Order: sequence, then C-alpha cells, then structure tokens
Amino acid sequence: MKELALMKGNEAIAEAAIRAGVDGYFGYPITPQSEVMEYLTLQKPEERTGMVILQAESEIASINMLYGAAGTGKKVMTSSSSPGISLMQEGISYIAGAELPCLVVNVVRGGPGLGTIQPSQADYFQATKGGGHGDYHLIVLAPASVQEMADFVDLAFNLAFKYRNPAMILSDGLIGQMMEKVELPPQKERVTTFDQSWVTTGKTDDRERNIITSLNLDPDRQYEHNLKLQEKYKNMEQDVMFERIACDDADFLLVAYGSSARICQKVVEVARGRGKRIGLLRPQTLFPFPTREIAKLSRRVKAIMSVELSAGQMVEDVRLAVKGKVPVYHYGMMGGKIHSPDDVLHAVEEKFMGGF
Amino acid sequence: MDIKEIIKPENLVYKRTPLMTDATLSYCPGCGHGTIHRLIMEVVEEMGIQQEIIGIAPVGCAVLAYEFMDVDFTEAAHGRAPAVATGIKRLWPGKFVFTYQGDGDLAAIGTGETIHACNRGENITIFFVNNGIYGMTGGQMAPTTLEGMRSSTTPYGRNSTAMGPPYKITEMIAQLPGTYYVTRQSVHKPGPVRKAKKAIRIALEAQKENKGLSFIEFVSNCNSGWKMTPVDSNIWMEENMFPFYPMGDIKVEGKLVKN
Amino acid sequence: MAKVKGAIVVEVERCKGCQVCMVNCPTDTIGMEEEVNGKGYHYAYMKNPDYCTGCTNCAVVCPDGVITVYRVKQN
Repeated sequence: MKELALMKGNEAIAEAAIRAGVDGYFGYPITPQSEVMEYLTLQKPEERTGMVILQAESEIASINMLYGAAGTGKKVMTSSSSPGISLMQEGISYIAGAELPCLVVNVVRGGPGLGTIQPSQADYFQATKGGGHGDYHLIVLAPASVQEMADFVDLAFNLAFKYRNPAMILSDGLIGQMMEKVELPPQKERVTTFDQSWVTTGKTDDRERNIITSLNLDPDRQYEHNLKLQEKYKNMEQDVMFERIACDDADFLLVAYGSSARICQKVVEVARGRGKRIGLLRPQTLFPFPTREIAKLSRRVKAIMSVELSAGQMVEDVRLAVKGKVPVYHYGMMGGKIHSPDDVLHAVEEKFMGGF
Repeated sequence: MDIKEIIKPENLVYKRTPLMTDATLSYCPGCGHGTIHRLIMEVVEEMGIQQEIIGIAPVGCAVLAYEFMDVDFTEAAHGRAPAVATGIKRLWPGKFVFTYQGDGDLAAIGTGETIHACNRGENITIFFVNNGIYGMTGGQMAPTTLEGMRSSTTPYGRNSTAMGPPYKITEMIAQLPGTYYVTRQSVHKPGPVRKAKKAIRIALEAQKENKGLSFIEFVSNCNSGWKMTPVDSNIWMEENMFPFYPMGDIKVEGKLVKN
Repeated sequence: MAKVKGAIVVEVERCKGCQVCMVNCPTDTIGMEEEVNGKGYHYAYMKNPDYCTGCTNCAVVCPDGVITVYRVKQN
C-alpha cells in the first residue's frame, strides 16, 4: 500500500534520507532549510536505522565532516542554503577532487551576500559550473515538487556512487517550505552495496594503503587526474533527465527547472487555452544538462525562453545548446521575488507573440 | 670483538618500524616530523592496530604524511582535520582515528574545528606539532611564534602589540570537558623521545576505551625556518620555546594536573 | 664482568647529515663522514666503533630513522 504524507519539501528530504538508508548527516542551521536537521533529530534516526546526525559548529566543519565520512564509503549528506553553501565550496572542491560520493542539498535563497531568505535560483552557476576552485562538476538534480525532493535523495546517491562524485540537490526556499502530498519511498536497509575498494577502512595485509586526497604535486599526475575527471563528467550525459511538457507541437519553448518550472507549467496551460502552442522543457538534471534535447527542439521551435528566478544563468547553457539557431530570451525575477504565471505569460507574449 | 660479530640478526635491538614506508621523508635534515611519524607508527605496530587506524594529514609540511606512514589516510583541507576525523569516527566508532597537524593548521585557520572537536569529546587523537612557524610556505609567523621571534612576515621580530601574542591552545583545550588526556612533549633527545612515545601509547589506549579526545602537542624545531643548524635549533628550542611551552602533562584521565 | 658491545648500521643514502644522532651519542661513537652521499650530505658513521654500547639513543632521535642498532653482551 502506498504510504502517503503531507509534508514540507525539507521534511521530505529528511524522511527520504532515513528511508534511503543514509548513514550520516552533518549540518548547520540556516533558513530556509533548517527543517531538514530539525526533522532528522526529531525522528531519532539513530534508533530507526542507526543513522548518525551531527550538528556541526559551522558549514565549513559540516562539509569537512562530510568529506571524512564520505571516505568511509557510506552514504552521507549535508544540507544548507546559499550563504552556507558558499562557505562549503572549499570542501566541495576537495570532495570532487578526491572523487568522493556524497549528497549536498542546497535550498537556495536570494543573494548575493546575506541576501534574503526568500526563494531564488541564483545559485545555478555555482552549482553547475563547479562552485569552488578547479575544473570540476557536481551532479546536480533539480526537484520541482515535494515528491521529487523525496525521490531525488536515493537517485542522487545512486548517481554519486556510480560516478564517485558529489551530487547536489538544487532546490529553493519555495519547494523547501511548501507542503504537498508525497508518496514516501519504502525503507531501505542501511547497507553499503557499492564498490568499497578505495575506502579508508584501516589498511589490511592484502592491499596497499588507501589514501583519500586531491593533492597531486606532480603536474603530470594532476593533468592525468583532470583528464579522468573530465571523461567522467562527459560520461554523465547518459544520465541526463528532463521532462517534456507539451513540446511535441510547440512553436515556442520555455525552459525552466524547479519552482520556476511549476510556474511555467501554469503558463503553458493558460497559453494553450488561448491557442498559443507553447511547450516546456523541464531539466531534472542541471548537470548533466539536457543540451541535446534542447538542440533537437531548437530545430523545430521559433524561439526559446529560459525562465529562472535569477538574472539569467541557465539561459547561457540554453544558448550554448541552441547555437544561435533561434532567438533565446531570459525572463525571471531575482533576489527572492517570485514571478507569477501572468508575469511570465506577459513576457512570453511580448517576446514571442509580438512578431507573429 | 669484530663488528661483523655484532651485526647479526639475533643481536638486533633497534630498527625502523616496517610501518614507515620506504619513501624518503620530505622533511628538512633534523626536522622532528620524521621522529614523530615514526613514534606513532611504532605504537600502532606495538598495539597491532594497523588494520583499524585511519590518519588525517594536514596542510603544511606534513601534507604528504600519508606517503610515509603505512596506514590508510585522508588528506584534509587546511585546518579541517578535526572535522574530517569527526566524520570518519562518527561513522566508524570502532576504528582508531588520528589527526596530524601543525600550528598554523591547528591553532590558526583550524581553531574552530579544533576547539569544537575537543569540546564534543570526539574519540580521536590529535597530534599537534608546534614549531612556532609556517614551515612549508617559507617561515611565516604562526599563532605560536614567540614574542620577538623573527619570521619571514615578522622580519623585525613578532610585536605582540601589533600582532597579538603567541597563545597556548593546548592549555586552552585542556579546560574543555571533552578532552581526556592533554600533554606537551618533544622529540629532540632520547629521553624526551621515549616519554613522547609513552604519551602516544596512552592516547591511543584511551581512544580504544572511548575515553574522549587525547591531544599531544610536540614542541618541535624548524631549523630551516629558524635559520639555524639542526643541532643549534634544538638548543634554541630548549632555551626559548620550552620556557613558554613547558613540557609535561596538562590533563590526565580527564583531570587537570597543571594550569 | 659482562661488557656490552654495540654497533650501528647507517642507511647512507637516507641520511641527511643533521648530526642529531652525533650530539646525542653518550659515548662519542658517531662522527660525520668527510665524504658525502648521493644527496650531498655528510652522513653519520661509527667514528669510534669500540665505544658503542648499542644504547639506541642515536636511532631513537634520528628523524629519518636511518640507524639500525645491534648489541651483544660479552663476558
């Protein structure tokens, strides 16, 4: 029987983590994601599954606890919001460099700086282009519902372990805070089934010592390591995920993820009601990005608009995919303000419909 | 008696532990790091815990510590070793976890991680090598640089009015309830080396029994940074470092023995 | 009376010539070789082999762990 619950997105992530058999969570409070750790501690996961929860003294400490813990080959995660994620970037770079699987959740708020505590999608660049120093990428998943907040936890770990790479769930204050019906995943056993050959367990007689490091003083070795990483990022393309909404006959295409995609879904509905053939492509993975799909659609549509809660970040990737074949616009509010379907529709009509 | 008669396997009384790898140490001649590495590995060998121990390397001169100690290792970002150790130990409470950190790493950039790991009483062991200077980056002032001491960023000597005085983080963390064993040692002479090794043993035995955090400071030399010969640096250390950083136990079995 | 005799073996190529062993030798057994090793260091050697008691002081303070010590009791 389906197990249904009404919960906040942040709570859904926490519950899904327990059910995914996550071994450890290290976090630090920050609005609008504090419910993740609050929910976890309330649930006594140490009794439910044996999961370890620890409140660190800072985001810097929590990401480094995660780094250490990920080296044990177990499923470990943290969550934070934009300013906290900025603090974690050093650690995330080390984790990517050392090729450790783990999950980082970013419930994005408006910036820059301390910004606001309202929803935003302005951390797209930081999430998808690396974020910290060096050439690296995270696997980035973009949930658009409380259901996906829950579902993407297990998915994130599967991808993280498949590629030995940190994964990020890039949510925002809207999806983190809103309540929806969610079908909870079944409880998984807290066991590690992934490859453990690289893990620091204590050196046994039958192997060389395992070293988790991102340091290669020899530039030739570092170069080789970088080539290997780049190959890995390329391979991730096979796991790209997206949702096509009314794209088959669309003249105009919206591209939007997360909460903005929810708004755009309404835009499509209303526009279709007025006889306008608008479609929506919703990337569920932002890295890997659905470049091919957008390229394919760009051969058929007359124009594309990237709708984001930012000054226009994902639009750059859309443009790279479209390669100038059709006009690509951006629309979106920033700094914690949320565009309404009417706002978007208005922008769409101004840009797309004016010339037709 | 001919030397050949003496040099026979049955007469062996001391040999470098096989838990030190064959790699040549990257440290300067006379640097205490090598001795401290070896002592830790000797204790690990004697306790038979090579298969259960994980080290955390710092950023600093000992950044390559994992090249020399034949145990599993994780390389931490600068100052973050106690947090990294916490992550490992929380998921593997049955294993031994130690950090190996210098003074810049532990007492400057990593102060927060150090204090909070100590305060939580993580069941880990922190080995803290204090040579009063940033060695690897070229001898800059560290939080532990003595008043008046020259470094590449205090070429006229550390001026405490402008730069703050050196501080004793070891005495500070001894005040925290989470620390079980806190001591200050050195490895520049045979007697101190033997004492230091005993301290390492006490620390790892305490970890075995989940007693809380053990913290061993080694006051050590940096002859390159101090611009002295190794032998002179050890004498200078005794005359200048030891009065400010006195040797001996500060906290034993969770009780302060010296303030 | 039993007399203790010792000897040390120095791994010449690993020795960095820091002299810490030499100044910590209680019997003045150790000196630094005039020649240098492959790295250019004057390495430790038994200058006065007859003096060595195999006390291991040199080996325990050697930062690079290059000294192996042997000891026998003579009657």
